[in-house]
Amino acid sequence: MNIIVCVKQVPATNEVKMNKETNTIIREGIEAIINPFDTYAIEEGVRIKEKTGGKTTVLSMGIPSVADLLKETLAVGIDEAVLLSDRTFAGADSLATSYALSKGIEHIGDYDLIVCGKQAMDGDTAQVGPGLAEKLGIPHTTYVRKIEEINDKYIRCQRMTEDGYDIIEMPLPAVITVVKEINEPRLPSLKGMMRAKRAVVTVLTAKDIGADSDLCGLKGSPTQVVKTFVPVHDVQSEMIEGEPEEQAEKLAKKLLSMQFNTSDSTEVI
Amino acid sequence: MNYYLTEEQQMIKELAAKIADEKVKPVAIKYDEEGTFPHDIVKILADSDLCGVYISEEYGGFGGGIFEMALVVEELSRACGGIALSFAASGLGAFPIILYGTKEHKEKYLPQIASGAKLAAFGLTEANAGSDAAGIQTTAVLDGDEYILNGTKQWITNGGEADIYTVIACTNRAKGARGFSAFIVEKGTPGFSFGKKENKMGIRASVTSELVFEDCRIPKENLLSKPGMGFIVAMKTLDRTRPGVAAQALGIAQGAFDEALKYSGERVQFDKPISSFQAIQHMLADMAIQIEAARCLVYQTCKLVDSGAKSISKESAMSKVFASDTAMKVTIDAVQVMGGYGYMKEYPVEKMMRDAKITQIYEGTNQIQRNVIALELIKEQKSGKKVN
Amino acid sequence: MASIKIIKDKCVGCKLCVGSCPFGAIEMVDKKAVILENCTLCSICVESCKFDAIDFQKDEVSNAVDISLYKGVWIFAEQKNGEPESISYELLGVGRKLADDLKTSLFAIIIGDEIENATKKLIAYGADKVIMVEDKSLNYYNDESYTDIFVQLIKENNPEIILLGATAYGRSLAPKIASRINTGLTADCTKLEIDLEDGKLLQTRPAFGGNLMATIICPKHRPQMATVRHKVMKELEPDEKRLGEVIRPNVNIPTDLKIKVKDVVSTITESVSLTEADVIVSGGRGMGDPKNFELISELANVLGGAVGASRATVDAGWIGYSHQVGQTGQTVGPKVYFACGISGAIQHIAGMSSSDTIIAINKNPDAPIFKVATFGIVGDVLEILPLLIKEFKKA
Repeated sequence: MNIIVCVKQVPATNEVKMNKETNTIIREGIEAIINPFDTYAIEEGVRIKEKTGGKTTVLSMGIPSVADLLKETLAVGIDEAVLLSDRTFAGADSLATSYALSKGIEHIGDYDLIVCGKQAMDGDTAQVGPGLAEKLGIPHTTYVRKIEEINDKYIRCQRMTEDGYDIIEMPLPAVITVVKEINEPRLPSLKGMMRAKRAVVTVLTAKDIGADSDLCGLKGSPTQVVKTFVPVHDVQSEMIEGEPEEQAEKLAKKLLSMQFNTSDSTEVI
Repeated sequence: MNYYLTEEQQMIKELAAKIADEKVKPVAIKYDEEGTFPHDIVKILADSDLCGVYISEEYGGFGGGIFEMALVVEELSRACGGIALSFAASGLGAFPIILYGTKEHKEKYLPQIASGAKLAAFGLTEANAGSDAAGIQTTAVLDGDEYILNGTKQWITNGGEADIYTVIACTNRAKGARGFSAFIVEKGTPGFSFGKKENKMGIRASVTSELVFEDCRIPKENLLSKPGMGFIVAMKTLDRTRPGVAAQALGIAQGAFDEALKYSGERVQFDKPISSFQAIQHMLADMAIQIEAARCLVYQTCKLVDSGAKSISKESAMSKVFASDTAMKVTIDAVQVMGGYGYMKEYPVEKMMRDAKITQIYEGTNQIQRNVIALELIKEQKSGKKVN
Repeated sequence: MASIKIIKDKCVGCKLCVGSCPFGAIEMVDKKAVILENCTLCSICVESCKFDAIDFQKDEVSNAVDISLYKGVWIFAEQKNGEPESISYELLGVGRKLADDLKTSLFAIIIGDEIENATKKLIAYGADKVIMVEDKSLNYYNDESYTDIFVQLIKENNPEIILLGATAYGRSLAPKIASRINTGLTADCTKLEIDLEDGKLLQTRPAFGGNLMATIICPKHRPQMATVRHKVMKELEPDEKRLGEVIRPNVNIPTDLKIKVKDVVSTITESVSLTEADVIVSGGRGMGDPKNFELISELANVLGGAVGASRATVDAGWIGYSHQVGQTGQTVGPKVYFACGISGAIQHIAGMSSSDTIIAINKNPDAPIFKVATFGIVGDVLEILPLLIKEFKKA
């Protein structure tokens, strides 16, 4: 079974801090990493391949330096890495990204399953998985928390919902996006790291994959960011002092009075 | 400081650091409290190929030496000195085979150790043979094609968890130090069992047990080197692996320092982070100086050992003494910087302080090490050899 | 192709643009700004430059449509067993305002089986018209059939705005539709308003884990699509007397589906799910031991709330992933959120900071959770929680 795992480079988000006075982003020691959600996609892709045989390919779109990050995936069992890198792709929103990745996937060809992370840590949109499935004209299931069965014909998996899960069956090829619960990603091995060091990442341009430049990058993106700003959390913190008994009593009082005044669902408390 | 590690060494260090931060740190407190063996981490180490860094490629390893082993031990010890010891002690058990094993021994045992499928352990210490290793009571008597072992080894790291043991026993009481021999004993051999599991102050994630031999028969091919070489096997092994203990101490010190430094920037007193106070700053600076000095000495000693140099006892002892004394001092100071919080079990530094203590004691107490160093100095001076 | 460059003569080296770039794609070289290759052409820096030294040439978006042909605000009314989910009412709440500002009608789209009753409720909560597609086969949400039907409705009616819930289903359906009809989609909006000058939908959403807010438009494509976070928009007071129209359009119900929903399983053992709960009591590492989570459950029970957890406790195996609150878990916005023994990593705060009232109980007075807390107690959770439970039981 041939599996393509789509990944994204993101900044290690906990390092993104805002300077509230100057309204700017503090970027000290910011590090580029593979989107943490995508590491579960990589692990799942490798596990399926280990079971069924075949090949795993990791695919990303980004600046040339992303190639180094893609090499890391070769240390945890991915067989090949492909990077779409071209200024034509710059400024892509989720629609244009879905398009470019779908062209990349068609270029790689001969695929059975595409695995994506649930969403990217920086954008949090969760749109590219379903978007690219649609562009490829194949079915998708989001938020997969477990694969119950997979063979060359179909996949049966559990999609996480707010109050449980759905069991979905669909024919291959298909796209799944996976949640953290699905597995625990392995760490690289020394031999894998050595192999990754020597590996070469295939870098493709828009032309290489036959992408229509009208549908790529900024030009192919219906949405535009018009403004960014730092959210104001004007939290009025009140510390409740005293002995534990007093603290509990004061807090309960405050909450009870507040709930009864402001909430229409008074049965809650 | 840039130590100009090779690309491979850098990779080993990074991988070990990743395991330490992502896998060991979250469970360090749990294993310390429970005092149970970290099978899950040992499995992770096996899968990572790190168990073979000091074993030659011929036997399924990575082809490195003590330096590579020390880098792994140092990084793991930043997160948990006890868990790191499970790894290091396997190295201690493997080295007699690496140094003195026959081709058959190596082919049989080293690939299993390199792959992490099996752990090794080293059995020297006994109730009445600590610093004075000549007090060993365990005996091995040749009976046809077999040696029969009797006696009890005490405080053996990985005891019960390891599958491959190198054991020092007395084969000829009359010959004194020249009457000991080294053997390989496999777990499961009839007559070989495990006694009491110790309840320790620190390094509680590592298991420490008695090895009990009662008419335990092993094939005579399991003899390492020649009869009477046991003491030499043990001493040469320890000379080589001692920088590993030093690396453990170094890692513990670094881990405690990192916690203290981080905390000092977060903890606000008198409206300022405590790291803005000179009293704290000087402590942090001193800790950092000692750690870096220890690292220089440990790394350089590793390189000396790996170069194949003959005379390494003095340097090996120096690295262990300096790094372990540093670990003790730095961990005590880390607790001090963190004040009441440092003393609490919610924070990892009190554990690091307990873990650090053993590094001044085992694989030769620091007092014995100083004896070794002094005797070497005197010997060098007498022989007219350069002291440095 | 779009391009961005620094006009060297105008650049004074003030570095304002460097700080404004969310991607770290501007560097100073010889006291002049230089744009690096990881620039995403977001053009945020253009605004930051006080000297007009950044020249941004953007292309016209391709495949623009005649936006004047699109009318009406739509919301997708999610339902379960014929009962609208609360997100549907929230969407009607914000949709009503948008429709009024645009002087157009508000439509609720409901797809399912035995949903007749739901239509009345949707009207009571603000819909002018309800487009209802009812069929036995539509009983459970199915990405394939729901997309097919929705796209037929869009092509037939040309709405200008479509809002969906940022729920498990909404976040799957919306991008599939948007990708099929090639329009823009903004995820997880927390604020939606109409630009009264040109009628565009201004869609505001958090980015970078909530550190930055971005306002996004979809200028040349229609419909303008957005998913909306649960518990952020306010629903209207229901008015049973409101009049509305129920439309049963003629659509092809797709058959021979590739995607088959084999089962729908509910695993919620508590009475309230995390995303629906008005009260959430969450525990972190500071609970010390998985056993102590009983205190969390007990308080949640007393308050009729749900149990949440920090990532650290989930990773340590103390409690299941479905309870995890935060960026890698669930985003919640209850009326009251208790953070018990949770220090407040940025990822956790990103998942709960929109709660109305936040209560933090932590031993460490420097814990970052206190910065977002409405009420804070410095103390031992294991001591405070039983006392709180006692207080609330009294009430």
